[in-house]
Amino acid sequence: MCASGKYSSRGPALIPRMKTKHRIYYITLFSVVLLGLIATGMFQFWPHSIESTADWTLDKRSVHDAPLVRLPVSSPIPERGDLSCRMHTCFDVYRCGYNPKNRIKVYIYPLQRLVDEVGIPISSTGLSREYNDLLSAISDSDFYTDDVTRACLFVPSIDVLNQNSLRIRETAQALAILPRWDRGMNHLLFNMLPGGPPDYNTALDVPRDRALLAGGGFSTWTYRQGYDVSIPVYSPLSADVELPERQPGPRRYFILSSQTAIHREYRGELERLKEENGEALLLLDKCSNLSQGAASVRKRCYKSQVYDYPQVLQESSFCVVLRGARLGQATLSDVLQAGCVPVVLADSYILPFSEVLDWKRASVVIPEEKLPEMYTILKSIPHRQVEEMQRQARWFWDAYFSSMKAIGMTTLQIINDRIYPYAAHTYEQWNNPPVVKWSSVNSPLFLPLIPPRSPGFTAVVLTYDRIESLFRVITEISKVPSLAKLLVVWNNQNKSPPEESLWPKIAVPLKVVRTKENKLSNRFFPYDEIETEAVLAIDDDIIMLTSDELQFGYEVWREFPDRLVGYPGRLHLWDHEMGKWKYESEWTNEVSMVLTGAAFYHKYFNYLYTYKMPGDIKNWVDAHMNCEDIAMNFLVANVTGKAPIKVTPRKKFKCPECTAIDGLSLDQTHMVERSECINKFASVFGTMPLKVVEHRADPVLYKDDFPEKLKSFPNIGSL
Amino acid sequence: MQAKKRYLILFSTGACVILLFCFGGIQVPLPRRGPSRRDGRSFGNDHVGSQWRRSSGTLQPLDPWDQAETEDYNGHISPQQKRDSISGVYTGRQCRMDSCFDFFKCKSNGFKVYVYPQQKGEKMSASYQNILSSIEGSRFYTSDPGQACLFVLSLDTLDRDQLSPQYIHNLKAKVQSLPLWNGGKNHIIFNLYSGTWPDYTEDLGFDIGDAMLAKASISTENFRPNFDVSIPLFSKDHPRTGGERGYMKQNSIPPYRKYMLVFKGKRYLTGIGSDTRNALYHVHNSEDVVLLTTCKHGKDWQKHKDARCDRDNAEYDKYDYREMLYNSTFCLVPRGRRLGSFRFLEALQAACVPVMLSNGWELPFSEIIDWNTAAVIGDERLLLQIPSTVRSIHQDKILSLRQQTQLLWEAYFNSVERIVLTTLEIIQDRVMRQSSRSNLMWNSLPGGLFALPQYSTYLGDFPFYYAKLGIKPYPKFTAIIHAVTPLVSQSQPIIKLLVAVAKSQYCAQVIVLWNCDKPLPAKHCWPTTAVPLIVIEGENKVMSSRFLPYDTIPTDAVLSLDEDTVLSTTEVDFAFTVWQSFPDRLVGYPARSHFWDGNKERWGYTSKWTNDYSMVLTGAAIYHRYYHYLYTTYLPDSLKSMVDQMSNCEDILMNFLVSAVTKLPPIKVTQKKQYKETMMGQTSRASRWADPDHFAQRQTCMNKFASWFGSMPLVHSQMRLDPVLFKDQVSILRKKYKDIERL
Repeated sequence: MCASGKYSSRGPALIPRMKTKHRIYYITLFSVVLLGLIATGMFQFWPHSIESTADWTLDKRSVHDAPLVRLPVSSPIPERGDLSCRMHTCFDVYRCGYNPKNRIKVYIYPLQRLVDEVGIPISSTGLSREYNDLLSAISDSDFYTDDVTRACLFVPSIDVLNQNSLRIRETAQALAILPRWDRGMNHLLFNMLPGGPPDYNTALDVPRDRALLAGGGFSTWTYRQGYDVSIPVYSPLSADVELPERQPGPRRYFILSSQTAIHREYRGELERLKEENGEALLLLDKCSNLSQGAASVRKRCYKSQVYDYPQVLQESSFCVVLRGARLGQATLSDVLQAGCVPVVLADSYILPFSEVLDWKRASVVIPEEKLPEMYTILKSIPHRQVEEMQRQARWFWDAYFSSMKAIGMTTLQIINDRIYPYAAHTYEQWNNPPVVKWSSVNSPLFLPLIPPRSPGFTAVVLTYDRIESLFRVITEISKVPSLAKLLVVWNNQNKSPPEESLWPKIAVPLKVVRTKENKLSNRFFPYDEIETEAVLAIDDDIIMLTSDELQFGYEVWREFPDRLVGYPGRLHLWDHEMGKWKYESEWTNEVSMVLTGAAFYHKYFNYLYTYKMPGDIKNWVDAHMNCEDIAMNFLVANVTGKAPIKVTPRKKFKCPECTAIDGLSLDQTHMVERSECINKFASVFGTMPLKVVEHRADPVLYKDDFPEKLKSFPNIGSL
Repeated sequence: MQAKKRYLILFSTGACVILLFCFGGIQVPLPRRGPSRRDGRSFGNDHVGSQWRRSSGTLQPLDPWDQAETEDYNGHISPQQKRDSISGVYTGRQCRMDSCFDFFKCKSNGFKVYVYPQQKGEKMSASYQNILSSIEGSRFYTSDPGQACLFVLSLDTLDRDQLSPQYIHNLKAKVQSLPLWNGGKNHIIFNLYSGTWPDYTEDLGFDIGDAMLAKASISTENFRPNFDVSIPLFSKDHPRTGGERGYMKQNSIPPYRKYMLVFKGKRYLTGIGSDTRNALYHVHNSEDVVLLTTCKHGKDWQKHKDARCDRDNAEYDKYDYREMLYNSTFCLVPRGRRLGSFRFLEALQAACVPVMLSNGWELPFSEIIDWNTAAVIGDERLLLQIPSTVRSIHQDKILSLRQQTQLLWEAYFNSVERIVLTTLEIIQDRVMRQSSRSNLMWNSLPGGLFALPQYSTYLGDFPFYYAKLGIKPYPKFTAIIHAVTPLVSQSQPIIKLLVAVAKSQYCAQVIVLWNCDKPLPAKHCWPTTAVPLIVIEGENKVMSSRFLPYDTIPTDAVLSLDEDTVLSTTEVDFAFTVWQSFPDRLVGYPARSHFWDGNKERWGYTSKWTNDYSMVLTGAAIYHRYYHYLYTTYLPDSLKSMVDQMSNCEDILMNFLVSAVTKLPPIKVTQKKQYKETMMGQTSRASRWADPDHFAQRQTCMNKFASWFGSMPLVHSQMRLDPVLFKDQVSILRKKYKDIERL
């Protein structure tokens, strides 16, 4: 609130001498020009959106007007797919090149109508709706290039999604005459329904030489690990039916089988399971009394009871996905969409996108021969895990199965990750649903380390002009055994620091850094002069901390190098009356922040504070000259998910003689301001990252009836 | 004035709209012109450069429901037959678990591994000896081949280079004559070197049949996915057990070291694998990218000497390998004659992020390790891009890559035992498909060897993944009281303890483990409590039974108690709130310490009041339920029976275990030093603490345990955790945990 007020009041200062009406006139004119420019820019650099509207008017013309290509009988046929192909043997990386964005470029061949010598098309269906969607999605993405010379990957517009609609020999010939075919190098084919009767091969039968295959239904014997991409079989119901996401939890049925084309041997086994376990299982089959057609896809029956498919899938915790003639089943997609945990029974099947997706967290894979044990196996899975799997299943569908676009983009991203592995998506990016991404923490300092004592710490003292007090602080800190270096951040631009000879003589190096602006954030800048990992931030008036107290703080930091370790603790509380956060300072049983008037922390957090602070917090702190410590506490808690450590009994920094100056009213405005900070930061972070704890760290022998001289930290200070 | 303003705004809006139209109008026809121009081209023209154009209108939809087909297929072949036919077809180089592994053998006894007895007169390398003894010392070992699921040869197959002195001749015949060989089914063969000069094929020189290969330097072409295991190449000096920790002592910011990228090694001038190393000099800049090669190797290197050799050799001698290793951000790991090299493990340990330059190498344990998180996978063909690639990697990424190298090194690579156990665990995960680890368990702390999926497949049941999943442990605990003396009076310590613990707001349940020789007391002898009280009679009445993973523990947290422990409700409450912040650690009251006794050259144990501690006594400690499972299954019987025989040291063993997992000290809470009535003066004969041997035993235990773990896992801490207002001079009414101060 106050921030916006300030900015608007600053507004007039920018164009001070102009009268109001003129100003408005100029501003309007300026915005007209700007808008015009933006509009031009948009049309210039957004060709696809215009193209699609153009196509829309052309309507059906495009498919039929694609050039007709006649394939001679003698046209060459590529070699069969080479099973030993890998990225380093059959893929030309030079085409992808080094680029700062680490993105591959994909070219799509123009559409052609392919016919054989006598004029019969090579495919019974031509371009399918799904393949058209897929190609459109690629051409709309930033993978796309229309410049064939810059392309790294080539996608033919010959639709091979369904092998059944293809004439294999002619399709192969059509591939071979592609202008850049070059033995299929860097060509990507999408196929969802491979093989044909009677033995149903698990990969596309079209000879394709070195081309990459994104196939649905690979088995471990046809899948070239690290080369091919296993993709799902798209279910057209994804687009037709909207299933709202359901909360994870127990469902009406435990196991549901919805497939209609199950081998009778397996159906027999399922029925036996149903007999044993009764109501927990629902075995659906096709409806015999309904008329054939589109409706039959959307209906399932148990005896005379009719169920809506795929809605019924939402009524079960687990849904069976059994192999059919092919390993890949479109049912998998429906099941995931329903948030039902798939139970996959398809030996040797390579699950979709298994290169990047952790299916153990979203599905149960059971060997086909263990079908009779399915119920027992599923019963042994903990409830909470089932709930996680339900959530995970739905997320996989949302992100990777829901449309041809999702399938296509995922495939390209996987190939992209292989070519630029150092810029690849992480496990968490692929597998964590948004809710987990939001609530989970992957600490940047995750390795459990207790750094050695010897490098010591660097004390960073922020000062303005209190030289006397500063010198006292320097003298006091210099007594701490593990102090390695003292860095004075001179924040006063109007005054030079005292001459070198006037500074206290101490045993460790002392450096003075002069800043360009008097900003609070200067105290958290990652100065090159800080050579140790441990930083002690200390104000120039903190003279009450004893040497033991500081040394102990450092020892505790070594045990918790990823946390803020400080002395007085503070707390945030939720004020139910006001409906906002409140800052609490003293005598609480809990701690969620420590003051950085004196606190140890890892130098990494200086870097985070300076370069990675979310939103405008850093500027806000500098503008208000307050709350830099709260901001630091927010930052550390947010990336580590951990509370700070308060050490020793100390509750405040104020020296006895200072209290006289601070009136009660000053104290209250201070509290209000600090509360404002907490509310501001919480809204910028979008959450309250601070963690509340009820403990503080003391030396092991603190307050023990034990000779003081035998204690490591006898003088641990007072309140 | 106002009207003027309004007109102005109107005018400008109008201008905007017109502008939009203008540009739109000019632009829209453009693409239309594009395709039509192309349409005009006659067929046969070069279509290169032409653009794909989407189609719309009625297109055939895909019909994935293979209804008719499957019906047709149904009649054709039964699934049973199909499954059987697979095992006949896909053998040898096409082996997969489904076709070449007999799962039946693992059904009744679980995953047990049999090692063939060693035959006299057979020579065996030290490395293979280490592999075999690691298996024999593991919990998978069985001496009965009838129980075994997996078989390991006692014939040394590590070095299959015919020119090597370690090469075993006539292996083919020897293997074939093994009575249990069975075509190699369910066998695993360890191998480090295969093939020889000049082509270094991956052939082992004998028919491995259906056996699995655990092989170093295996190529993706020969690797049978989910069947073979790629293991790292390790030297003959690699320690059998224990193993060194990683060299990284702390995270440094900025993460750059003196050198950006280094390598020092031989180059071969000619023959297989020489190209990459011969080309390294192109990238070498003798400043921050230091790639050194020497031509000196073998006897007749001078024969093949090229123009660069002298210069390279001179440069090579200028740098010290160790110095470079520890002071470089990235370390190049190019292929040698074979795909893998020693550089890989060296770099990993030195926290020098490996830059792999070995096309086609199936990286070690690739089945479970996500190498993109700990290494940079380069491409030999793009050698010249490597410097710019590594320079483009962001600091934050380097920081995490480096930490991950250490995590992986310590979890899977730092000893022969770790390598072997990882191999076995990978195979166990395949065999026990329903309880196998997810990627997260393998690639995050504390690593897959300490996260046993047989305990639970749900990540939230472990103490390690709360933050990663964004969840919290269950906010209650279960108290387990270990009772060894008969119940005679209602004023006995155990009764007081029971009442105090049950009063805690966080207590979900109390379990009394009756390990006393006297029969169970009647139900009415126990006090009535607000929470359920369960009395379990210990089966063997041994010490280890207090750490059994009882099904009756419904909570994540366990409060372990001795019967004579004295604790107040407040103390219990406080310790539990502390544990919630540290769910993977032991949180306890009285602490103990260990030290290295230089004179006796052994570990010492002390219960004196010291300024630091490394153990907390489990007579009063809170920890995660998972550690019960780990204690019972992970630790070998030899240690557990030692504890049972002495009825002592179970707490030390638990501390060893937890610290080995977390690599962190336990946490001591509050001032409390003693927690037993016996310790507080009333000596009772029954107490084991009064026994003079007791202390000596504990000393012995420490050393026994340390030798099994291979190193000392305990870590010292110098702090304890107290309530925030502990002993502060402020009104007691303000304090939440008042009672703690009174004691």
